[in-house]
Amino acid sequence: MRPRFLYGAIGALILIYPLLTIGAPVYQRLGALVLLAAVGASAWNLIGGYAGQVSVGHAVFFGAGAYAALAVYSNFGLPPLAGVPLGALIAVLIAALIGMPTLRLSGHYFSMATIAVAELVRVLITNWDWVGGAQGMSGPAVSRTPLDLTFTSALPYYYIFLAVLAALLWLTWRIEGSRMGFYLRAIKDSERAARSLGVAAGRYKLYAYMLSAGLTALAGSLYALMFGFIDPDSGFGILISVKMLIMAALGGSGLLLGPLVGAMILVPLEEISNSLLGGRGAGLTFVVYGAIIVVIARFLPNGILAVLLHSGKPPSKPAAAEQPHAA
Amino acid sequence: MSAILLQVIVSGLLIGAVYALFSSGLTLIWGMMNVINFAHGDFVMLAMYTAFIVWTAFGGGPAAAVPVAAIILATIGVLSYFLLVRHIMRGPMLAQILGTFGLALLLRYSAFWYFGANFKTLPDDMLGAPFVVGSIRIDAPRLLAGTVGLLVTLMLHLLLTRSALGSRMLAVSEDATAAQLMGIRPERMQAVAWALAAGATGIAGALIATFFYTSPTVGETLAIVAFVTVAFGGFGSVPGALVAGLLIGVIEGLSAFLIGPVYKDVVVYLLFVLVLWIRPQGLMGKA
Repeated sequence: MRPRFLYGAIGALILIYPLLTIGAPVYQRLGALVLLAAVGASAWNLIGGYAGQVSVGHAVFFGAGAYAALAVYSNFGLPPLAGVPLGALIAVLIAALIGMPTLRLSGHYFSMATIAVAELVRVLITNWDWVGGAQGMSGPAVSRTPLDLTFTSALPYYYIFLAVLAALLWLTWRIEGSRMGFYLRAIKDSERAARSLGVAAGRYKLYAYMLSAGLTALAGSLYALMFGFIDPDSGFGILISVKMLIMAALGGSGLLLGPLVGAMILVPLEEISNSLLGGRGAGLTFVVYGAIIVVIARFLPNGILAVLLHSGKPPSKPAAAEQPHAA
Repeated sequence: MSAILLQVIVSGLLIGAVYALFSSGLTLIWGMMNVINFAHGDFVMLAMYTAFIVWTAFGGGPAAAVPVAAIILATIGVLSYFLLVRHIMRGPMLAQILGTFGLALLLRYSAFWYFGANFKTLPDDMLGAPFVVGSIRIDAPRLLAGTVGLLVTLMLHLLLTRSALGSRMLAVSEDATAAQLMGIRPERMQAVAWALAAGATGIAGALIATFFYTSPTVGETLAIVAFVTVAFGGFGSVPGALVAGLLIGVIEGLSAFLIGPVYKDVVVYLLFVLVLWIRPQGLMGKA
């Protein structure tokens, strides 16, 4: 399929979606949730997809954004919006702090280190009373000023998330075509080869990680704005990290619209199974999630979008030659 | 004061031996085929539920639960290898991580759905009264778990280094093609590795269940303990996992005692990041 046609179809669907869901608040909320998930997964895609450094700890940054937004409200009475730049700044600083030691690790080591750091932060946050400890924090219940961005309808959130996603994808697209984009892809294919050709791999990985962290914090802030509540599990839980990774991987990691496609499939699926299965659904939803992930890893290791874009061309099989003993 | 400290250290060593046992499974698979099993902790969780079922349905103690859990988990390990791991090993790294992570979620939330989120515990006095040696008091389940954990880890080490099977597995891990030319089937050896690794989690899980609460998410914490132990001990090294497991058990106990129970995980995770940073090959790993 021609990329331009496919991307055009996805863009058109997102633009006319509010018109299709007039008078159906449930679907407006669903649309907003899809876009929100796409923001998080697209931010993850910068480091996990393009640079190939599979972080399983992005919840640290998501939580930083979400907590900053509500911490300035619950401690100082400021509108949550004031915490958004603060959250992004903290996330970028944490990324620099974590990234410098851990990005030297390759492959699985990096993934495990990010999990450990995320769990570490979650335990610390749970025991930090200034940000609500284990109970978490709430945002403004009713809008005091328009700056609070507290709406009863999901539609305003849909447009806000759409604007942020559009800006994020534009940025990603610019990076994709820039020197940095080429460097990141070279690092992903073979860091050793990239280094030997003079790419400052460590520095570019760190840049991508910090940028990804700041944008993930933005996704966390948007979450806090819409839901008006955050606790250690919904901000820093391991599933937050895992969902970003899964959405990007299902759609196609390292592809511009891969995370969006993944979110368009997984978020409705999660909402449907939650509403169909009711109270006991929470467990079963993740059973379904787990099964889907296993199937993706087994049969679609490069994601749906890669299959759509390459239908017609022979499929490429990276890394197949490296492991002859696996055959 | 020193009596309490001694008590903490002994308890730490006993729990550390169990850490060593299930971590040696993780390190075996990693060293042999460069795959991390993110579902490793959830294998331990399944073994804990197995012990719980053996107790509630048949009234069997650890003597029955340990072999049953070992056999069930070894079977699950072999199935995971043939149905999933064998295939994802050929894919990109993201697919490898996703594959075992998906398996982890599948197992964890199947347990959540089936058993519920509530903690389950086996009766405290299942194995009789605690032993008292001088000023130290040791609970019988912990003593049993520590002793068996230590013995089985040592047996696993001997199996890998002193037996023909172990040599064949080592050959496959070093050069699968060459091993194949020598008449060794790499897939069969890798399946054996999964059986051994998962069987070790079975024994460890059934032992842990005798003194620790069982819940669907307990595997998450245990998986991180296993990662830390493996990273600390050196990837692929069973003796490294043993030393690291004992050390981590003691460090955990001491930090819970000296700083506070909440922070024992914090200390262990910090240690992990520090080890990865300063000595990524671990104490006994190959560089």
